[in-house]
Amino acid sequence: MNDIRMSRRSVLAGTGALIVSFAPLARAFAEEAGQPAKPPLPGSLKDYPFLDSWIRIDADGTITIFTGKAELGQGIKTALLQVAAEQLDAPFASLKLVSADTSLTANEGYTAGSHSMQDSGTALLHVAAQARALLIAEAARRLRVPETELKTQDAAVIANDGLALRYGELVADHFLHVQAAPQSRLKSPDGFKLMGKPVPRVDIPAKVTGGAAYVQDLRLPGMVHARVVRPPSYGATLASIDTTPAEKSPGVVKVVRDGNFLAVAAEREFQAIKAMRILEAAAQWAEKPSLPKSTDLPAAIVALASEDTKILDRRQPISVSSRQLESTYTRPYQAHGSIGPSCAVAHWNEGTMTVWTHTQGVYPDRAAIAQMLRLPPDKVRCIHVEGSGCYGHNGADDAAADAALIARAVPGRPVRVQWMREQEHGWEPFGPAMVTRALAALDDEGKIAVWDYAVWSNTHSTRPGEAGSLLAAQHMAESFPVPAPKPIPQPEGGGDRNAIPLYQIPNARVIHHFLPAMPVRVSALRSLGAYMNVFSIESFMDELASLAGADPVEFRLRHLDDERAKETITTAAERFGWSSFKERPGHGRGFAFARYKNLAAYCAIAAEAKVERESGRVRLLRVVAAVDSGGAVNPDGIINQVEGGIIQSASWTLYESVSFNDTRITSIDWSTYPVMRFAALPESVTVHVIDRPGQPFLGTGETAQGPAAAAIANAIADATGKRFHDLPISRQRIKAAIGV
Amino acid sequence: MKLKVNGREHEVDADPDTPLLYVLRNDLALNAAKFGCGLGQCGACTVIADGEAIFSCLTPLLALEGKAITTVEGLGSVENPGPLQRAFIDEQAAQCGYCIAGMMMRAEALLRKNPQPADAEIRAALMPNLCRCGTHMRILRAVRRAADLMRTASAPEGGKRSER
Repeated sequence: MNDIRMSRRSVLAGTGALIVSFAPLARAFAEEAGQPAKPPLPGSLKDYPFLDSWIRIDADGTITIFTGKAELGQGIKTALLQVAAEQLDAPFASLKLVSADTSLTANEGYTAGSHSMQDSGTALLHVAAQARALLIAEAARRLRVPETELKTQDAAVIANDGLALRYGELVADHFLHVQAAPQSRLKSPDGFKLMGKPVPRVDIPAKVTGGAAYVQDLRLPGMVHARVVRPPSYGATLASIDTTPAEKSPGVVKVVRDGNFLAVAAEREFQAIKAMRILEAAAQWAEKPSLPKSTDLPAAIVALASEDTKILDRRQPISVSSRQLESTYTRPYQAHGSIGPSCAVAHWNEGTMTVWTHTQGVYPDRAAIAQMLRLPPDKVRCIHVEGSGCYGHNGADDAAADAALIARAVPGRPVRVQWMREQEHGWEPFGPAMVTRALAALDDEGKIAVWDYAVWSNTHSTRPGEAGSLLAAQHMAESFPVPAPKPIPQPEGGGDRNAIPLYQIPNARVIHHFLPAMPVRVSALRSLGAYMNVFSIESFMDELASLAGADPVEFRLRHLDDERAKETITTAAERFGWSSFKERPGHGRGFAFARYKNLAAYCAIAAEAKVERESGRVRLLRVVAAVDSGGAVNPDGIINQVEGGIIQSASWTLYESVSFNDTRITSIDWSTYPVMRFAALPESVTVHVIDRPGQPFLGTGETAQGPAAAAIANAIADATGKRFHDLPISRQRIKAAIGV
Repeated sequence: MKLKVNGREHEVDADPDTPLLYVLRNDLALNAAKFGCGLGQCGACTVIADGEAIFSCLTPLLALEGKAITTVEGLGSVENPGPLQRAFIDEQAAQCGYCIAGMMMRAEALLRKNPQPADAEIRAALMPNLCRCGTHMRILRAVRRAADLMRTASAPEGGKRSER
């Protein structure tokens, strides 16, 4: 527990260590002081320009790396350590890492949007290189030799005569408390020993041996276990409850009722669960129907009032053939469905609230919790501890708020709260239901001349920052209103993420119909709107290729001038054996491509599927992907993310849909929300990494979601001769379409 | 009551209707088995009792008296990982890893009964367990690798004959 509970002071303390203030607002101060504007610093350095916000070297030789990004199971700790160790020339295993803690690390916002390598990785790349340069300069000064006669190795500067000065010997007070320069002397990729190598993940050994790896595993002295009782539906109010039976239940320490917020804390975990069930049975709720008609969800979505933005309007004079096509695609609400229900531990002690949480953003979560508790933010500390994979905004922040609200009622005792399965399924903010409509016309040469695309969607982020984003704050007596939703602007976009095709089309218009009303609780699900937009665009590209009488891969290539996009596509096609594919009855092949957000990693996927005519069941056979993530820091980490993205997207695409009646969410466990199990896995998934050493990092964690969906849809269309426009492409839908 | 976990006897002071999972995690401070659903739908809590994979979230203490319980902690340690643990590390078969301990115990139960399972048998055995990160293909590879490692280790002369 020591490593989790340590303060920055204790990290910084040590013989001769530099003790410096954490200087997050350096840039703001510099600007206020009227200093001339400098060129922007790379990655997150632009907000935290001091080297010692990122790397500390103590006199005893200890090197500590700081990042505001959080390990979510994507392997970010390992990749960041590789970058730092490589550029610093320090042994990988010797580095310590401190991540996402409002008392210790930079505020890097959310660990989301496949930004971690671009933000934190880029910052550490430059900080480590610049720290190494400073260490060399200091050694040159002390040894009175030119810097060119010095090299670095194993955390030491070494002179030609073999004399070695350890990094720890070279640091003195405030040694790294200097502003970063815009340029760094980066190592040549030719000499990389760690970057570009499949270094084993640092977090996996504990995870496979029962080590303390998760917030669920925290056991603090005096800790009590808590459970919440959530309302049965959105907007339900607690009409009456007799809390006495629950209070008398064995082990119960406290029943917390605050408006519609209801919870119980007990000495033992199963006692808390039993008491929760007693409370649940005693609670009388007033519910009202507020949910859209699930029988015709797309119509209900399109009927919502919209705020429209034209995000692309490109016009050139052209001639259009009579070959035109229009298609509409739909997606239901889909769940993050974390395997481990959300969990947090909070400790209210002497006016300070400490929260251990698997949030993706410790700083925004702190701001929201502080507002909810009506405390100044510096009285709340949020410390990230890993949880079950989240794939976006799941219940993590809400569980953190629950723990804090309960902890305030049990002063001095740490409170561990974990949600029950039905709470995670029923209350997480889902990936929004969406509708897209695509319309295109070909020219006489079979190229797309006109493209008209529209997407209808809620916001894809209701993440905290404000208390009203948290369930506990919405439910408490002095409640906070849900903040008005905002669209995430281009170029990254939210519902319109990847709504602009990368293809060269002379006349193109893309409209984002942003829907402010949110009848169902929604937020960020891995890749946001990109999943649906890429599914739509890449399905439509196949429909257009068919109209043009063209091969789907060739049809894509003829509309691209980005060489990296083309190489990604040809790599996937070749490794799959696209051109030598043998057609067989019931079998199909499908292809799809996208560059995530049109600015992160490129990903192309080819899939082979078999469709059982009698049952409508889809059997995925082979999936082959190619990915260009720029400079690949950990190729196996990239492969793991893309493999996982393919399987997860296959599950969304073939099976997943949140169900509800007019009042309640009804998909509340794994039987009412089925996901992919082992029997339905593809026979093989292969990922080829196109490494571009020295090139900027391109975020990869979400790049496979859209292409995987469309490749599968296109393979099913190829196998059945029927096009499926509605997600999920379920067994029932296929059976109904190909009818036996 | 008495509980035998990973070869050690423990005296446990908990209500007999308490599911094993909470006793493992909170009384014995064993982290591996996880709460996932409490319904026997996801397998994150899987442990072995007398050779059979069970859902520890559903199995009350009173059903386990006298049975030998094995958790991932019983397969080895960080310093000295057992073959199944070794195989999962070698294949980097985890993303968030929350489901992995349950997967490993399901696989351990399979390999004890069937040391050389076919791919279809591994897939069938792992059916009760869910993974949401999509690590499945690596999990399959890790189980196959573990079977190979165990076979080598249990071969005559501990598989070292070729070195002579």
